[in-house]
Amino acid sequence: MTGTSASQPSYLDVTKGLFSWIFTLDHKRIGLLYLYTVGSFFLVGVILGVIMRLELFNPGADIIEAQTYNQVFTLHGVIMVFLFIIPSIPAVFGNFFLPIMLGTDDVAFPRINLMSWWLYVIGAIFALGTLIFGDGPADTGWTFYAPYSVKTGTNVSMTVLAAFVLGFSSILTGLNFIVTIHRLRAPGMGFNDMPLFSWALYATSWIQLLATPIIGITLLMILAERVLGIGLFDPAIGGDPILYQHLFWIYSHPAVYIMALPAMGIVSEIIPTFSQRTIFGYKAIAYSSMGIALVGYFVWGHHMFTSGMSGPSAWIFSLLTFFVAIPTSIKVFNWLATLYKGSIDIEVPLLYALAFIFNFLIGGLTGLVVGALAADVHLHDTYFVVGHFHYVMLGGTGFAFIGGLHYWFPKMWGKMYNKAVAKLAFAIIFIGLNILYFPMLILGVMGMPRRYYDYLPEFHTLNQVSTVGSWIMVTGLIIMLVNLFIAHRKGKKAPDNPWNGITLEWQTKSPPPLYNFDKMPKLAKGGPYNYPNAKNS
Amino acid sequence: MEHSFSLPNSGHNYDAKASKLGMWLFLYTELLLFGGLFMVYMVYRALNPDAFLIASFNLNVWLGTINTVVLLTSSMTVAMSITAIQKGNSKLSLILLALTVAAAVIFLVIKYFEWGAKIEHGFWPGMDHFTNLPFGEQLYFYLYFFMTGLHGLHVVVGMVFILIVMKKIKNGSQNKNKNQLLENSGLYWHLVDLIWIYLFPLFYLIH
Repeated sequence: MTGTSASQPSYLDVTKGLFSWIFTLDHKRIGLLYLYTVGSFFLVGVILGVIMRLELFNPGADIIEAQTYNQVFTLHGVIMVFLFIIPSIPAVFGNFFLPIMLGTDDVAFPRINLMSWWLYVIGAIFALGTLIFGDGPADTGWTFYAPYSVKTGTNVSMTVLAAFVLGFSSILTGLNFIVTIHRLRAPGMGFNDMPLFSWALYATSWIQLLATPIIGITLLMILAERVLGIGLFDPAIGGDPILYQHLFWIYSHPAVYIMALPAMGIVSEIIPTFSQRTIFGYKAIAYSSMGIALVGYFVWGHHMFTSGMSGPSAWIFSLLTFFVAIPTSIKVFNWLATLYKGSIDIEVPLLYALAFIFNFLIGGLTGLVVGALAADVHLHDTYFVVGHFHYVMLGGTGFAFIGGLHYWFPKMWGKMYNKAVAKLAFAIIFIGLNILYFPMLILGVMGMPRRYYDYLPEFHTLNQVSTVGSWIMVTGLIIMLVNLFIAHRKGKKAPDNPWNGITLEWQTKSPPPLYNFDKMPKLAKGGPYNYPNAKNS
Repeated sequence: MEHSFSLPNSGHNYDAKASKLGMWLFLYTELLLFGGLFMVYMVYRALNPDAFLIASFNLNVWLGTINTVVLLTSSMTVAMSITAIQKGNSKLSLILLALTVAAAVIFLVIKYFEWGAKIEHGFWPGMDHFTNLPFGEQLYFYLYFFMTGLHGLHVVVGMVFILIVMKKIKNGSQNKNKNQLLENSGLYWHLVDLIWIYLFPLFYLIH
C-alpha cells in the first residue's frame, strides 16, 4: 500500500492471505472482520425489510403469505438486533479505535477478542441455519414471547441458541473493553482525559456485561422448555408467561442503550472535530453516558404496560422512563453548544451527526409518548412503535454508524472517498428514511397494528408513501456503498489527519502500522478536545 | 516480527492485574446468569409456597449435606494450592489440585445417584408420575433439575480448567512468579462453590 513509507508496514500489509485475517489477533483486523460480517448482515436485513414494505404496498397477500410474512419480520428483527445493531459500533469501531484512542497497541485480551468474533460467526450460522434446518425460521417476532415460542412448530430452538451464542460474544467484547480502559490507557491519560467515544464504550460495555446474562438464562429456559419439556413459562403447567416478558425486557431494554450509547459516542467525536472547538461540557457528556446506562436498567416495565401490571408499578416505570430523557437531552444540548460559534466545516461525517440529532429527536420524543401510560395504552403494538424505534435505531444508531464510517474511512484504509457523491448519498438516505418512517407514526396513531401482512383500506395511501420511501433510502444506501467501494479500490491517498482532529488516532499514519504507533503519542494539553487555535469563549 | 518501538502500556505485556480484573468481570456475568434463575425461583416459591414445601421433602438432605461438605473442602484445597505455588512448592500445589478434582468427581457421582433416584421414581418432566403432581410441585422439580443441572455443568467446566492448569504447572508455565491462571481457576471454583451454597438451602433446607 502506498500509505506508509516509513519503517513499519501498515496493518493491512504486514501479512497476506485469508488465514492471516480470520485468525488474526490484531484489533484493527478484527474490527474489519466485524465490519464485513456485520455489514453483510445489515444488507440481508435491509432486503428483508424491503420485502415487507413491498408486501404492504397493497392490502392483502400479494407477494408473500401471512406465515412467510411472520417469519420474515422475525428474521429481520433477529438479524438487525443481534447481528447488526448490537455488535455494530462497539465491535467494529470500538475494536478498531478504542486502543488507538487510548494510545495503546491492542485490547487487553487479543485472543478473547478473536474468540468473540468467531462466536459471532457461529451465532450467525445458527441464525441463518433456520432457513435450511427444521420447519423454517421462527415466526415469533424477535421477542420470542412465551408461550407461543414454546408451542410453534418453526425452528425457534435454533434461533434462540443463536441469540444465546451472540450474547456470549457480546459479553466478551464488553469485558475486553472494560479491562482495556482500566489497564491500558496511555501514561498520563486519566479517565477524564479519555475521548468521549471511549467513555461511551465504557458505559456500553458495562451494560453488555451486566444485562446480557439475564437474556442468556432466559433463552436457555425457552430452549429447555422446547427440548426437555422443562416448562417454566407455560401456563398449562403452572408457569407464568408474564415472568418471561419481565426477564426478556430486563435485558432487552438496557440493550437499547447498548445500541444508542456508542452512537452518541461517535457524534461526540465528530462534532468537536468539525467545529474545531473544545466539546462543551465534557464531564456532563461522559457521566450522562453512565447515567443512561444506570437508569436504563430500571425502565424495562414500560414495554409491558398492557400486559397486566399493578397501578403503582406502571406509574413508577413510566416515571423512571422519563428520567432517561434527562441525560439524553444533556448530551444534545452540549452538542449544540459545541457547534455554537465553532468554525463549522460541513463535511460528510458532520452531516450524518447533525442528521443523527434530528432523527434521534423524533425517535426520542416519540419514545416519551409511548413511555407515558395513557398514550401507551392506545399506541401499544401499533405502527407508532415501529416508527419510533426505527427512528432511534436506523435514524440514530445507523446514521452514527455510517457517519463514523465516513469519519474514520481515511484512517482505516488510507484512502479518501468522493465527498460530493457521499453528500448526495447522505441527502437521499436522509430523505428516504423520513419518507419511510414518518408515515408509520401517523399510521400508528390512526390505529394500524404492527406485525400483520394486511391492513384496512384507509391505511393504503400512507403505506404506499412509506414503501416508496424504502426505495429512495435503498437507492441512497447503494450509492453510498458503491462510493466507498470505489474509494477503497482506487481512492486518492488520504493524509494522516484529513479533518484536523486531535484525538490520538489522528497522530498515527493512515492506515496505522501494526502496533498503531511508531513513536510515543502526545496527549493534547488540557483535555482531548482542546483545539489549539479555537476561540473558546 | 520487526518491532523497533514498543509502548509502555502495550496490550501484549503480561498483566496479572488485567487478567484478574477480567476474571472478576466474568464472574459477575455468571452470578447474573444464576441470578435470573434465583428470581424465577423466588417468584414461583412465593406463588406456590405449600407445593414447594411438599416437593422439597422428596430430596435427600443427607446427600445434599455431604455434597456441601465435599464442595467446601475442595474450595479450601484449591485456595491452599494457590498459596503453595506462591511459596514455590509446585508439587504440593499439584497434589492439592488433584484433591480438588477428586472432590469434584465425588460431587458429580453423588449428584448422579440423586438424579438417578428421582428419575427412577418418575420425577422427570413428562413421566407419568410427574404429570400427576400438582403444578407447584412440577415447577419445583423443573427448577431443581434446571438449576442443579446448570450448576453441575459448571462443576465440569471448573474441573476442566483445573486439569488444564495442572498440566501447565507440570510443564512449568505456571510457577511461583506467574500463576494468574491458577488463581483465576481458583476464583471460578469458588464461584461454583458459592452458587451451591445458595442452591443447597433453597432446595433442601427451607422447610
